[in-house]
Amino acid sequence: MTSKLDPYASSRETTEGTVFSVTGGDWDSLVSEIGESKEERIIVNMGPQHPSTHGVLRLVLELEGETVTEVRTGIGYLHTGIEKNIEFRNWTQAVTFATRMDYLSPIFNETAYCLAVEKLLGITNDVPERASVIRVMMMELNRISSHMVALGTGALELGAMGPMFFAFRDREIVLDTFEEITGLRMNMAYVRPGGVSQDLPAGMTTKIREVVKNLRKNFDDNAKLLIGNTIWMKRTEGIGYLDLAGCTTLGITGPVLRSAGLPWDLRKMQPYCGYENYEFEVITADTADVYGRFLVRMAELEQSLRIIEQAADKLDKLEGQPVMVADKKIAWPAQLALGADGLGNSLDHIREIMGTSMESLIHHFKLVTEGFRVPAGQAYAAVESPRGELAAHVVSDGGTRPYRVHFREPSFNNLQSTSAMSEGGMVADIIGAVASIDPVMGGVDR
Amino acid sequence: MGLEDKLPSGVLLSTVEGLAGYMRKSSVWPATFGLACCAIEMMALGSAPKHDISRFGMERFSASPRQADLMIVAGRVSQKMAPVLRQIYDQMTAPKWVISMGACASSGGMFNNYAIVQGVDHIVPVDIYLPGCPPRPEQLMDAIIKLHTLIGDTKLGPNREAIIKEVELAALNAKPTIQMKGLLA
Amino acid sequence: MTQDQTGMFGAAGTGDTSGYGGLVRTAASTGSTERPYGGYFDDVADDLERAYPDFADAITRVVVDRGELTLHIKKSRLLEVAFILRDKLKFEMCMGVSGVHYPDRTGAELVALYPLLSMTKNQRVRLEVATSELDPHIPSLVEVWAGNNWHERETFDMFGIIFDGHPGLTRILMPDDWDGHPQRKDYPLGGIAVEYKGATTPAPSNRRSYR
Repeated sequence: MTSKLDPYASSRETTEGTVFSVTGGDWDSLVSEIGESKEERIIVNMGPQHPSTHGVLRLVLELEGETVTEVRTGIGYLHTGIEKNIEFRNWTQAVTFATRMDYLSPIFNETAYCLAVEKLLGITNDVPERASVIRVMMMELNRISSHMVALGTGALELGAMGPMFFAFRDREIVLDTFEEITGLRMNMAYVRPGGVSQDLPAGMTTKIREVVKNLRKNFDDNAKLLIGNTIWMKRTEGIGYLDLAGCTTLGITGPVLRSAGLPWDLRKMQPYCGYENYEFEVITADTADVYGRFLVRMAELEQSLRIIEQAADKLDKLEGQPVMVADKKIAWPAQLALGADGLGNSLDHIREIMGTSMESLIHHFKLVTEGFRVPAGQAYAAVESPRGELAAHVVSDGGTRPYRVHFREPSFNNLQSTSAMSEGGMVADIIGAVASIDPVMGGVDR
Repeated sequence: MGLEDKLPSGVLLSTVEGLAGYMRKSSVWPATFGLACCAIEMMALGSAPKHDISRFGMERFSASPRQADLMIVAGRVSQKMAPVLRQIYDQMTAPKWVISMGACASSGGMFNNYAIVQGVDHIVPVDIYLPGCPPRPEQLMDAIIKLHTLIGDTKLGPNREAIIKEVELAALNAKPTIQMKGLLA
Repeated sequence: MTQDQTGMFGAAGTGDTSGYGGLVRTAASTGSTERPYGGYFDDVADDLERAYPDFADAITRVVVDRGELTLHIKKSRLLEVAFILRDKLKFEMCMGVSGVHYPDRTGAELVALYPLLSMTKNQRVRLEVATSELDPHIPSLVEVWAGNNWHERETFDMFGIIFDGHPGLTRILMPDDWDGHPQRKDYPLGGIAVEYKGATTPAPSNRRSYR
C-alpha cells in the first residue's frame, strides 16, 4: 500500500521539501516514507486545537530531533471584531463587549475602558469613593480567580493534575462571591462609566472576610504541592528565560517583567481608583524563568488578599454612600434591586420616575435609549491586569457612541516572546514557557 | 440487593437498542474544543470539585478527536477557526454528537459581525443547543444529561433508517422561521 | 470629524419634526496647546527639542488634553524621533500601535498612534502619525521597539496602513486571504438580520440609532 494513493496519509512535494499530512490511515506507509528522507529537520504544527496551548493558539515548530530551532506563532483564531462592534453601541453598552475580551479578567477590561471614558468625560475625581473601593475589591478578587486558572492550567499542561482541582475549587469560591455581588459568575458588565452598576448586598463585607479567610487557608494546598517540589522545579527552572532587555524591547509587562527583577506595577507607579491608599507589596523574582513567574503569581495572591481586607474595612466606613457619579446626565439611572421576580429596576426608582419627578423620567429615558455624550478627544487609561498592562485607548467624536476603542492587551505583547523563550530549548519546554506567559487568546485576538 | 434480585427467575429482557444506548451514554468522552469564555465554564465543570463531570465518567477530555465522542463547541467560532472546527469534526469517529455551548456557538451570540460564524450549525450538525453567556456549569450538565437521554434512545438498524427518513421529510416540509406566526397564528 | 455636525438622529433627511434636526455640535479643535503645558510635559518637550534640533519641523502639533501629551509627527521623521525618544529621553517601552480611520480628513485619513512609556522616569507620551488613504505608508518602528511587530501587522490587517521596513507584514487576525480592512469606517460591520417568527431584527449597523 503506497502512501501516494492513500488519501489519509498522503505526502506531497513543496518548495520546502516533502509535506506529510497525517489525518488517519496507514501509519506504516507514512513512517517508511519519513524514514527514507535524509533530513532531521521536521516542521510540526501544534494546531489551534490542542490541549496545552491555552486556547486557540497555533504554534509552527521547526524541530531537529527534540530541539526547537524555530517557533512561529499564529493567532487570530478568536478574532471577534469587538472593537468594531463597540463603534455601533453607546458608551455604556460597550462595557458588555469590552468585558468579553480577556475573559479571565472581565473586571479589568471593564475598568480600563471605564477609566478611559471617565477621563474623556472629566469626571475621574467625581467618581464616588465607594465605587472606587468596590472596583478595587472586585479587581483583586478577579486577580485571584485569574491566577488560579493560570496556575491550574499551567500545572495541568506540565503534567500535574492535582493543583488544577485545588485551583478551580478556590476559583469557585471567588465566582460565588462575584455572583452574589453582580449576579453573574463571568462577564459581569458590572463596572460602568461613572461608577458601578449596583451596590453590594447587605452583609457582604462579612462574607468577604470569610472568603478571605477560606482562601488564605486553601492557598496553602497548592503551595505545599508545588513550591520546592523537585519534579516541578526541574520542569520549570531555567525554562523560558527572558531577561529585562528582552522584556522592555518587546513591551512586556506583568508577572513576566516582574520575574526579570523590575518591580514595575501600575498600581504603585501610576495609581488609579485610589490604589495609593492601600498597603501591599510588589512581588518580584530575579530568575526570569518559569519558576520565577510561578512564584510571583503565588505571592501576588497573598497581596491581593491583603488589599481585599483593606477594601472591606473601607467599605464598612463608607456604608450608605452612592456608587454612581452624582451628575444625573451621565449616571446610569436605574437602581437595580432584587424583587419578587428577579433582579430589575428597584420599585423606589420606578415610583420616583413615574410618580414624582419628570426630570428623572426624562433622564432615564434619554440615558437608556440614547446614552450620554462624551466630549471629543482621546484618552488612554491603563490598569495592572493579572497579565500586565491592560489599557484602553478611546477616541470620541462628541457623540453617543465611541468613535474608536482600541485595547492594548498585555497577552498580545507577551505572546510575542514565545519565540525568544523557546528557540534552542526542547519541545516540552515550549508548553511551560507559554503557560508561564499566561496568554488569554480572547484578549490577544479581540 | 441490586436489579438482579428483583427479577423473576433472574432473567432480564431488554432490547439491543436499549443496551447499546445505555452503554454509549455512560462512556461519552468529550473532545477538548474550548474556544473562549465558555471553555472556562466547561473547565469548571470538568475540574472544580463542586460541579464534577466525573460523575458521568466524562472527566477524560480527549485531546485526540479520534478517541472522542462528543464535541462541546464552547465559545465563539471565528472565520479563521471554522475550517479547523470542521476538520476536527470530520476526524471524529461515528457515533459522534455535538453540543453547541453558549450563545456564540448556537447563533453567533452578541457578535453579529464579519468575524464570527453566526451559529456553529452552519458548519457541523448540532444535537443540543445550550444558551447562556456563558452557561453555568450546572446548565452544561443539564445539556449533557439531555444528551444522554438522546443517546440512550437512539434507534439502530432499520428503525434508524426509518427515523432518518422521517426527520428528513419533516425538515423538508417545515415552514421557515420567518413564515411562522407563533402565537399570533 | 473636522466639520460641525448637525442633526440628532442617524437617519437624516426624514420628516423629523422634533426640532432636534437643528442641533449643531461643534467639532474638536485642530490647534496646538500653548506653553506652559504643565507637569512633566514641559520637560519632555524641552528635552526633545534639545536632543532633536529639527523639532519644529518634524512635530506639527503638540496637544495636551485630559492629562496626556500627544505629539503629532510627520511620517518622514518618525524613525529619527523614535530613536531619540528611546535612547535620549529613555522611553524604553512602546505600548503598541493603535490605528484610527477618519474618513472626513482628506489627506490624513489613516492615523497610527504609539503610546510610549518611560519606566525610569514614570512618564507617558503619545506619538500620532497621519497618512492619506491613497499613500498609506508609514515607516516601521520594529527596529526601535521589537514589540511593535505584531501591532503593526494588526494595524495593517485592520486599517491597511503599510509599514515600510517591517520584517513580515502579513495579516494576523483575519484569515490570510481576506479582502479588505475590517476596522475602516467604510467597511461594513457585516452582521445578518436575526430572524424571528414573522419578523427580523436588523444587524447593529443597520438599525436606526442616534449619532
